Amino acid sequence: MISEESYHPSQAPKQKIIEALMSKDTSVVLDEDSLDHEMILNMGPQHPATHGVLRVVLRLDGEMVISAESELGYLHRGYEKLAENMTYHEFIPHTDRLDYISPIANNVAYVMAVEKLMNIEVPRRAQIIRTLCCELARISSHLLAGGALGMDVGSLTVFVWALRERENLYDIFDLLTGARFTVSYMRIGGVAQDITPDCITMIRKFLKGLPEATGEIAKMLHKNRIFIERCESIGIMPADEALDLGWTGPNLRASGIAHDLRRDQPYLIYPELDFNVITRTEGDVLARYFVRFDEVVESTKICLQCLDLLDREPGPVLANDAKHVLPKKDEVYSSMEDLINDFMLINFGQNPPKGESYFSIEGSKGELGWYLASDGTGTPWRSKIRSPSFVNLQGLSRLLEGAMISDVVAIIGSLDPIMGEADK
Amino acid sequence: MFTFDQLTTNLPGFSFEPVDINGTPCALLDREHLVAVAKLLKEQYGFTHFIDTVGIDRFERKMRFEVTYNLRNPTTLERLFLKVRCDERDPHIPSVVSIWTGANWNEREVYDMIGVVFDGHPDLRRMYMPDDYAYYPLRKDYPLTGIEGAIPLPTDEYVAKMNLN
Repeated sequence: MISEESYHPSQAPKQKIIEALMSKDTSVVLDEDSLDHEMILNMGPQHPATHGVLRVVLRLDGEMVISAESELGYLHRGYEKLAENMTYHEFIPHTDRLDYISPIANNVAYVMAVEKLMNIEVPRRAQIIRTLCCELARISSHLLAGGALGMDVGSLTVFVWALRERENLYDIFDLLTGARFTVSYMRIGGVAQDITPDCITMIRKFLKGLPEATGEIAKMLHKNRIFIERCESIGIMPADEALDLGWTGPNLRASGIAHDLRRDQPYLIYPELDFNVITRTEGDVLARYFVRFDEVVESTKICLQCLDLLDREPGPVLANDAKHVLPKKDEVYSSMEDLINDFMLINFGQNPPKGESYFSIEGSKGELGWYLASDGTGTPWRSKIRSPSFVNLQGLSRLLEGAMISDVVAIIGSLDPIMGEADK
Repeated sequence: MFTFDQLTTNLPGFSFEPVDINGTPCALLDREHLVAVAKLLKEQYGFTHFIDTVGIDRFERKMRFEVTYNLRNPTTLERLFLKVRCDERDPHIPSVVSIWTGANWNEREVYDMIGVVFDGHPDLRRMYMPDDYAYYPLRKDYPLTGIEGAIPLPTDEYVAKMNLN
């Protein structure tokens, strides 16, 4: 224990992150009139512009970032370890807490990975509902990403307007799933309950009002000189480097690569739907913002097509597979067979075949996947989460090199990192 | 359509064991071949998109640790997995950061969670856990009921001294 009198920061043990930062190669060439000493600035983990608990350590010369190093783990809850000690069903509520901006899409990614491991066929109506949910989650996530970027560069109004629209989405999720935020709506083999006509009306009303709301945001930002000049040509990521770093999702599409798993590796009912893959070639902060903004429009299109399909597709929303799918509660109370199945599933879990499987969907941040290794028992041997935010954040120190200190917040905001997902 | 048999013509002495992961091609390699195969896959077969690295502790096997690389070809949209195993007494695997920059954090995560050391990694630090953490949490022998030296609850003397009441 160091007493207060004798303590001096210079005596503190050097953190490994500082050593890593100082020994890092940098491409920044300093001007002749640069300040004669460098400074290390610690940003986060409790900084409002780091979107959660991201810590970035910056090596500065005046206002210019020479190099940067990010540190993760402040929100590490060990979900991969938790998953190894519970049944496949028990882990569904934990997936809500990964990317907490679009929890319902995480549910879909997880249960589809488990279904792939167990070879369960999901009824078509449930697939349509899942597609609809994924796209509503994407709208929710992209609205927040755009709004938060607006707030980071000084336009608080946009943030409030975006949150107003997300509030309507939360009301929809409340009616659809019974919870506003941590929904846990998906079940292995389908969804928890069918969508009601009231809910469909509410979604249609929301989608009808959305173009007006996004139009207001567009009026506020898209011809706003301050916003454009703050965001243009900073944080540029070339396409080949983005691929090399493993970027996916809107961030990669803003660098000019039309990578979209909804089209490239079709799942659910996406092959039947009509939508465009949005790309930009600039690869800067503004391009990443515009890709997300345009994807909201595409998602609205998909949602409307899903609602039309739902009207024409009555039927069950849960697969008929007693060994893997939980029975309905009223059946558990009235039928011996279902009571036994429920008891076995709750106590011992589903027993998938031995082996490994990987499944990924196009989440709102990028490729969201699960690598599941099964040893034939009711709990997974290994459940690896491929989280897009983690991989996308890896490019941060490359983007920050040579940026001004005021651009750092805009660059972090444009990557749309969600630390719950990056830290697992 | 890429198959691992194509690699045997380019790399003399290369051998692999096919593994099935849901129909996606996967090859179990010796760790000596990993970097050469990775280089060939990226430069000749276009697997430029680095997706993921998975570390698995198969503690009942002799080759205890297993690392799986998940790769993608952005032109042909093909995927493949590369698997490498190593012994508990010699947990070393060559790093592929020199080929894909994206492997950097992913390999750090495997090192942090499983304890596999990646030789040639430019910056092998812990990813999530503190630098002085003595355990590898995703190993199967990690004590689930809590570890020694976890942050204790404040004692009565500490509370009295700090005037927290």
